[in-house]
Amino acid sequence: MMHAVVTIMLKKGVLDPQGKAIGHALEGLGFEGVGEVRQGKVITLEIPDGTGESTVRDMCEKLLANPVIEDYEIEMRT
Amino acid sequence: MFTLPEAPLKRLPCERRSCYSKNMKASIIVFPGTNREKDMAMALERVSGRKPQLVWHKETDLGAPDLIVLPGGFSYGDYLRCGAMAAHSPIMREVIDRAAKGTRVLGVCNGFQMLIETRLLPGALLRNKTLKFICRQTNLRCENGETEFTRKLGKGSVIRVPVAHGEGNYFANGEILRELESEQRIAFRYCDERGETGSSANPNGSTANIAGIFNKRKTILGMMPHPENAVLTHHDNDSGLKLFEGIVEALA
Repeated sequence: MMHAVVTIMLKKGVLDPQGKAIGHALEGLGFEGVGEVRQGKVITLEIPDGTGESTVRDMCEKLLANPVIEDYEIEMRT
Repeated sequence: MFTLPEAPLKRLPCERRSCYSKNMKASIIVFPGTNREKDMAMALERVSGRKPQLVWHKETDLGAPDLIVLPGGFSYGDYLRCGAMAAHSPIMREVIDRAAKGTRVLGVCNGFQMLIETRLLPGALLRNKTLKFICRQTNLRCENGETEFTRKLGKGSVIRVPVAHGEGNYFANGEILRELESEQRIAFRYCDERGETGSSANPNGSTANIAGIFNKRKTILGMMPHPENAVLTHHDNDSGLKLFEGIVEALA
């Protein structure tokens, strides 16, 4: 089996209130100079050897990400 | 298929008797985590006089409904994205197929999220701007009174309907928004008691105060607020009745 790691982030320009709240909390803890904070999610998939990235892309388009508001990156790990 | 309990309906103070024939058949789809199906069934029965059919998501036979309802709740625990799992469940293929053939579909709250996830309706529903789950009364201004859903309301009328959601912040980019506006596909906007749609009347940060939208043909309505919880006098008010009366009148 091989693995694919899918990282999903809100598109630039889509308001990310969770990221904003995290940024404020870091500021409250005394961490200075932190710029924009954005929160996303990581999904790891165990897939049969030889699976193409295009199959994972298809999974992203159909279910894992919502292309209207989210961008995704795929990392294939053999 | 399972049936609703008889007792609660008999105790309802029905000052308005249903005035339509029992012709409109409604099917309410129930997913694991759905929790508003009975409110919806009571509202529809109150107006139509006919019990809607509750259809468990594992069933493949929808019957021949005039109206399909995707009710509110937390289907599949809101995993991945609200409504995403339900949108890809087997019964949904049947719903999409029926919707394409013109069967009317109403999605409320989680049901609206499902309609967005199936892409029967455009845009996206994000976390509320406040990051808080909001449960309170809102005022909605009807933006298009020329549809089967809103014919009893009329453009500009205001109804008072509760919202209860964490992810109801409707997002549409400029292109989608222009399309919705030019095609009169915005059903409801959040407003104040006088019908003004300022940002203070926007509970969740939705683009252009949008609370509900139609598909191109106006055969599908998705909305975050719960009209089924504004149909009895002890529900704060019953201004949601007109929505159901319009649907029943149009489809009976």
